[in-house]
Amino acid sequence: MQSFDLGKEGLRALNSALHALKGQTNMTKWEVVNPKGAHAIAAGVDAPVDITVRGSTGYYCAGMNKLATIRVKGSAGPGVAENMMSGTVIIDGNASQYAGATGRGGLLVIKGNASSRCGVSMKGIDIVVHGSIGHMSAFMAQSGNLVVLGDAGDALGDSLYEARLFVRGKVKSLGADCIEKEMRDEHYQILEDLLRRGEADGKAKPEEFRRYGSARKLYNFNIDNAAAY
Amino acid sequence: MSDFPHTPPRYSATFTPAVNAEIRRAAASGIYDIRGGGTKRHLPHFDDLLFLGASISRYPLEGYREKCATDVWLGTRFAKNPIHLDIPVTIAGMSFGALSGPAKEALGRGASEAGTSTTTGDGGMTEEERGHSKTLVYQYLPSRYGMNPDDLRRADAIEVVVGQGAKPGGGGMLLGQKISDRVAMMRNLPKGIDQRSACRHPDWTGPDDLEIKIHEIREITDWEKPIYVKVGGARPYYDTALAVKAGADVVVLDGMQGGTAATQDVFIEHVGMPILACIPQAVKALQDLGMHRKVQLIVSGGIRSGADVAKAMALGADAVAIGTAALIALGDNDPKLEAEYQKLQTTADAYDDWHEGKDPAGITTQDPELFKRFDPVLGGRRLKNYLKVMTLEAQTIARACGKNHLHNLEPEDLCSLTIEAAAMAGVPLAGTSWIPGRNGGY
Repeated sequence: MQSFDLGKEGLRALNSALHALKGQTNMTKWEVVNPKGAHAIAAGVDAPVDITVRGSTGYYCAGMNKLATIRVKGSAGPGVAENMMSGTVIIDGNASQYAGATGRGGLLVIKGNASSRCGVSMKGIDIVVHGSIGHMSAFMAQSGNLVVLGDAGDALGDSLYEARLFVRGKVKSLGADCIEKEMRDEHYQILEDLLRRGEADGKAKPEEFRRYGSARKLYNFNIDNAAAY
Repeated sequence: MSDFPHTPPRYSATFTPAVNAEIRRAAASGIYDIRGGGTKRHLPHFDDLLFLGASISRYPLEGYREKCATDVWLGTRFAKNPIHLDIPVTIAGMSFGALSGPAKEALGRGASEAGTSTTTGDGGMTEEERGHSKTLVYQYLPSRYGMNPDDLRRADAIEVVVGQGAKPGGGGMLLGQKISDRVAMMRNLPKGIDQRSACRHPDWTGPDDLEIKIHEIREITDWEKPIYVKVGGARPYYDTALAVKAGADVVVLDGMQGGTAATQDVFIEHVGMPILACIPQAVKALQDLGMHRKVQLIVSGGIRSGADVAKAMALGADAVAIGTAALIALGDNDPKLEAEYQKLQTTADAYDDWHEGKDPAGITTQDPELFKRFDPVLGGRRLKNYLKVMTLEAQTIARACGKNHLHNLEPEDLCSLTIEAAAMAGVPLAGTSWIPGRNGGY
């Protein structure tokens, strides 16, 4: 286990050391102490390593992550795991705005609540939120799965493309072109897998969720839909 | 029947035939006009400025004998690896999707041969472009189509796009007819649907967030790459100051003459400011912060010749970028293709329906039959020639003003032909010392 005191050694030294791990497997376990809400902690990691951050993080923790498993033993600021490519990011506390924004792969797990715009413009990432999510979540979401064990705020899935949204609780309102869709066998299987990998299999069952997706009415401009834009 | 002559027909200056035609088109179709390119209206521009040349108080340099350097460093503020270009004319961001793969290749070839950079666009980095561009600037856009850390790291610089001159405050739009399998795959969207690029970034809002975002990109790329911030010509003084405050190495400022692949005509023609009015404000912001020449300024929007390059640099820019002019150099809108333009109900030099993907020149299209017509090697050579000519022209003017580097051109080398240009550019009206809006003068 490599222990790194962020307060003492600084962010540049941490990210530099983590980036240097690409292509080697010697130091696979890392612990970061004294994060004190710093921004861009473990951003741009590209190695199959295990990193535990003991405390809360600022903006863009685990940004563009590839391959790494990053666990935050606290809460995460805006844009956690933004544009993640692969790997796993687990937040034990809450996450601020834009969690998983534009993520292209991998799994983001938020044990608490996520704020507004969770999964905005997501492009293939899977996101599991044990609590609730804020307004405008999954705005322009292109692909991937967003699983919410709690409730969703206003305008869920506004201008949605092909991402699948699963919500167990109440949805305050749906955004433009987002509709409820039938749950089929394939969706129960996706949920079962994501709940298990998202460390939520003891908390909820697939049959308790509803699925939301795109009505696909705004895919090509039509003047008769102008009021929806 | 009176013997008096009839009043001759008189067209309205307000309801011109062109205005009436647009009203009829809107009434028939129910949709606003979408097109490519930049503004087509007449605007105060570089043509309204002249160089004074040398005289008794300034002596010129000998053409072809005395050196007039043209190189430029970009990204010297924070980046470990700033960019050094041989000429100060760069190629602006244009997307794969809007342009064909061979057209992107030609831009890379021409720019590299001329010693300058090219820029990706909305839609990600293509192998054609990376492979043929010695210096490639990778755009970081609100859509984040194709964005990934590997491409960030193999770029030579990163350009955070906040806005563009053709549509400050607007996002992008690539209509379904141009979405081929390859374009769809790169953008992670179904084939054939309209692809909207958001007008705001998904994970930051405002200048304080931008600072944190730039910091994240620097961390991901280990502080190696210059980071540009591109803004449309809206509030250039404040946008430049805020970009500097947010940590930009380079500010890219795009006036309303700058082109786009596709946007509403009403947006192109009615939002934003001409580049002539933008440059002095941006330079003033840099000077007020003590950052002029430390944070470099690249300007774009209607740059066509070496004279335009020299004028932009005399007003304080470090370099310029060209988009529309580069496409014309490649062969866009060539009168040789007039018969084909006629079939599209348009004419050479006026074709702007780039969004329809039917470009007879094979440049703004994803149709393999059309882009097969375009030879990227020949296109690259044409672009290189054009860039060389622009550079020679700018050097000719700089030598006439007694300057041994294009960066030594200054506002004192210029005069204005019109009161409007004098006021916007902050350059005296020819034959006077009058700059409207400033104290003194006559």
